[in-house]
Amino acid sequence: MRVPLEWLHEFCAPDLPARELATRLAMTGTEVERLQRHGPDALDLFVVGRVLAAEQHPAADRLRVCRVALGEGDVAQIVCGAPNVAHDQTVAVAQPGAILPDGTKLGRATLRGVESAGMILAEDELGIGTDHSGILVLDDVGSGEESDELVPGTPLLDLLPGLATDVLELEITPNRPDCLGVYGVAREVHAATGAPLRVAPWEGALPSAWAGEVEGAHVEVRDPDLCPRFTATVYDDVRIGPSPPWLKARLMAAGQRPINNVVDITNYAMLLTGQPLHAFDLDRVAGGTLVVRRAREGEEVVTLDGQPRRLDGEMVLIADADGPTSIAGVMGGERSEVQDDTTTVLMEVATWDGPNIHRTSQLLGLRSEASARFEKGLAPEQTLEAQSVAHGLMVDLCGATPRPGLIDVGGAGPAPEPLLLRSATVTRLLGREIARERQAEILRALDFGVEETPGEAVGAVPFATAGEGLAVSVPPFRRLDVTREADLVEEIARIDGLDALPATLPARRGASGLLMRPQRLRRRAEDVLVGRGLHEVVGWSFTSRELLERLRLPADSPLRAVVELENPMSEGQAILRPTVLGSLLDAAGHNVAHGHRDLALFESGAVYRTGGGRLPHEHHALAILLHGGLQPATWGTPQPPRASFFAAKGVLAAVLDALRVEWTVTPAEEPFLHPGRSAAVVVAGERVGFLGEVHPLVVRTWELDDPVAAFAVDLGRVVAAAPEVERYVDLTTHPAVRQDLAVIVPAGVPAACVVEVATRAGGELLARIEIFDVYEGEQVGEGQRSLALHLEFRAEDRTLTDQDADAVRATIVRALGDELEAVPRGE
Amino acid sequence: MIERIEQLRAEGERDVAGAATTAALEEARVRHLGRRAELPNLLRGVADLPPDQRGQVGRAANQARQALEAQIAARAQELEGAELDARLAADRVDVTLPGDPPQPAGRLHLLTATRREIEDVFLGLGFTVLEGPEVELVHYNFDALNHAPNHPARDRTDTFYVGEDLVLRTHTSPMQIRAMESHPPPLYVVIPGRVYRRDSDATHTPQFHQVEGLAVDEDITLADLKGTLLAFARAIFGHEREVRLRPHFFPFTEPSVEVDVSCFNCTEGHLRDGSRCALCKGTSWLEILGAGEVDPNVYAYVDDERYDPERIAGFAFGLGIERIAMLRHAVPDLRLLYDNDLRFLEQFG
Ligand SMILES: [Zn+2]
Repeated sequence: MRVPLEWLHEFCAPDLPARELATRLAMTGTEVERLQRHGPDALDLFVVGRVLAAEQHPAADRLRVCRVALGEGDVAQIVCGAPNVAHDQTVAVAQPGAILPDGTKLGRATLRGVESAGMILAEDELGIGTDHSGILVLDDVGSGEESDELVPGTPLLDLLPGLATDVLELEITPNRPDCLGVYGVAREVHAATGAPLRVAPWEGALPSAWAGEVEGAHVEVRDPDLCPRFTATVYDDVRIGPSPPWLKARLMAAGQRPINNVVDITNYAMLLTGQPLHAFDLDRVAGGTLVVRRAREGEEVVTLDGQPRRLDGEMVLIADADGPTSIAGVMGGERSEVQDDTTTVLMEVATWDGPNIHRTSQLLGLRSEASARFEKGLAPEQTLEAQSVAHGLMVDLCGATPRPGLIDVGGAGPAPEPLLLRSATVTRLLGREIARERQAEILRALDFGVEETPGEAVGAVPFATAGEGLAVSVPPFRRLDVTREADLVEEIARIDGLDALPATLPARRGASGLLMRPQRLRRRAEDVLVGRGLHEVVGWSFTSRELLERLRLPADSPLRAVVELENPMSEGQAILRPTVLGSLLDAAGHNVAHGHRDLALFESGAVYRTGGGRLPHEHHALAILLHGGLQPATWGTPQPPRASFFAAKGVLAAVLDALRVEWTVTPAEEPFLHPGRSAAVVVAGERVGFLGEVHPLVVRTWELDDPVAAFAVDLGRVVAAAPEVERYVDLTTHPAVRQDLAVIVPAGVPAACVVEVATRAGGELLARIEIFDVYEGEQVGEGQRSLALHLEFRAEDRTLTDQDADAVRATIVRALGDELEAVPRGE
Repeated sequence: MIERIEQLRAEGERDVAGAATTAALEEARVRHLGRRAELPNLLRGVADLPPDQRGQVGRAANQARQALEAQIAARAQELEGAELDARLAADRVDVTLPGDPPQPAGRLHLLTATRREIEDVFLGLGFTVLEGPEVELVHYNFDALNHAPNHPARDRTDTFYVGEDLVLRTHTSPMQIRAMESHPPPLYVVIPGRVYRRDSDATHTPQFHQVEGLAVDEDITLADLKGTLLAFARAIFGHEREVRLRPHFFPFTEPSVEVDVSCFNCTEGHLRDGSRCALCKGTSWLEILGAGEVDPNVYAYVDDERYDPERIAGFAFGLGIERIAMLRHAVPDLRLLYDNDLRFLEQFG
């Protein structure tokens, strides 16, 4: 909303510099996007001039050399190229040094050998219109201004106050459509600054003749649920023409292009009152009757911009005997719009259902100044305010004759119930007392009605007692926004509550201020990775469907149960990621493309799949990716180890062991992993993720180097398996006995199998078992390998002897021999 | 005889003192105390002496031997120390070479580091941390947060839909309702999380992160909101910060405010050299979040008589983690946070 200060000051003119006014507005709830200067600068150099002579330029057919009187005997020679310049015209002159609205600074010029001291201005050069066909001739304008203002030398600003002004560009919150009009903003300025507010321009201006039917015009509202009020007035003898410069100047300053006097009046009245209007050429309304109704499915309207629009059955249109003429509240129709030959105007000012207008505007992709206001919900009372403003201007500027009567279908809105505002509530919500007199003053300034509570039921609030607070009636234009006591507290707070608010801390009864265990363990898991030199990345939740192909997922893969967006911003962001692996591969691809080949990355974030209840399934995943060298080559380690299955498994172990989770991996294939180097991560008997080297074909599509190692686990389930509270175990009273054991087993037997059999055979006395060496080669023979194990034996109730340990060890050797054909090595 | 002993001792002492290496010392020891040396032999021959001389000579020889042994031990320690010093002095490395093998430092992402820091501030203020679903019911994301049916945030141009009544949450605020539904008052929680809006340019990415705050108790006031956010602003941006509340509009708070923190980059909008501060654009205030007192209608959606707006009150706020991180670390473009470029990642966390 652009508010020219010159216009605002007509109703409320606080004695504040524009910048301070902007700050005050911002601090009372009206956000100021920017403060702009509109129009020309060096204003004293813009004056009224009289053309004393206009003679042909000696060297240029199209130029005239003019002698222009500028008052007090000054006469300037100005070369002018406009076709309409003529002797005896009163014109607008910019003298050397003047700065035009586009920033051009005028100097003295010599045009084809003739000196020119200034410029006779066209409307667009002044920024008060769009006409560039000729110079602005001030005696044509019929502004009705006193003629002595047209004396040469008169500052142009006296004639056209809207010529140059500061403009507040306001961002009006959606609850305040009343501030989408200059007068509404003036009311806010009044409340915010205390500067007096002039009476509203429509107040007392409603013609008494506005009653009864209007001859020759009829309105039928068939869907009153979507059109709470429809008013119309009719004007005869309308002369279409340009608007006077003062009006054009205001429209331009407010960001609206002048069109013709009738259209300009509708825009002007809208900008002033916040209520949109629409002018029909009544002669072009077939049958003289307007019908307001829901459209039929697929019905078409050609709007003002010449575009055909297809409507659906929930959109509202205005039709005449020949069919639809406009889309209600959004845009008028081409067929009945005001044209140059229009002489009879029907001025429609109506109230529409906000959500319905919003929907129509959204579905048609059609937003207008009108729809932007209607969709926020206007008060039916505002219709007559706009009618009243338009009425005066139609008579003054178009020479129109109002036809007696007023069409008014629906009438004013319901009188609001008074609200109770208890002083105790103000203090309770704000934490600061505000005197009741001040509360009343603020509310009155905002046009609320205020009385002391009378000691009886107030509206719907039954328990008011005398002197408890204020009984407040809400003005119609705030009816939708202010409906409760808390809304009144906000009105008071924003005008006089926030600056002086103390800063206190709440009592925080029963608040503990601790991270919950899963949150603490999640941090721990991340910290382990950071401590191991991995960098965290944050990927996109969105991804492309193509990811599913790049990961080689078969049709029945559970990862294909993706959550799809109905309105993605692009195909690349059409689904939610079912795995973090894609994000990590993307991050790796980005860094490799920028020359970083040694990567150790992790991500900790949500993944999404369909299924479950009303919401899709989401879990928090922790995943890593290793690529290239695990550390940089250095003077001491010129050939550092590279990413591999076991490097990733080592990192996985670091995380899971840090969380004290019991875990194993079992061979398991994933379509995106190397089939010989992939495993399922099992925690508490459940598969919680995968571990492996990424399939070479997958690696290739991200343009990475083989091998890429990764794991991903459902961190929520991992954390759930961690012990609640660690309990002390006595490991010192009865120390352990340590022995090593090497066995030769067939190469196909997994190490985990050896550990499992040994653990079972070792029973309670085997406290720990660990593989520390693997050997394949000549010494053990083809198809065999040797595994070396650390064994640790311990009893809780006694210190074991070597003989005790030997006995358990022998049992383990026997079991390994029986079950796995294992032979002890070197025994 | 006694004189001879004195002489042997003096010779021995001279040689021991003169030994310059452990090898020379060993030589001296063999010469004076070895199997074939005179002093020990003399001691062994004491038994052959006349009885009246045995005591005197034996004592003198023994003393001489002990003295020599002690001197040798002392000298040995001296020489070994000197020799170790010499060996260590020769065994020198270039201490300025890098450690090896290297132990690279990993980093948390700036967003995680910032989120944790914000969480920690509120944990210290007695809040607990909750989390919630990112794909959310329209009911929780809009309806229960008092958004009018035509509120523009519901538009498909603004919000991602995954179903008729399912959206990617556009803020962390739906967790306000979920938190109140599952916990009676008093309630002090912050809810960090990822949120989504259909926006993409230098200052908007379609996904970003927020921290929601909610405090509901018997006597929560707007002044408590101000105090809490002042504590937060000082913890994050420095102890001399101030906050100010500016009235605003949000559907689910009443009164609603936007909260500014005084700029930490300048004095009254100007830098030392007098130029205008680019961070706050010369206003000396930085907008950091939206907040307000919980709207009575929101309690109505919770449907729990313990959340009766006549008996309890609360405040809520929502801040953007990206904004805090960018302000604090002078990150110029939001998109840098999602490029995952190592050259960026290495700088934070
Ligand atoms: Zn600053």
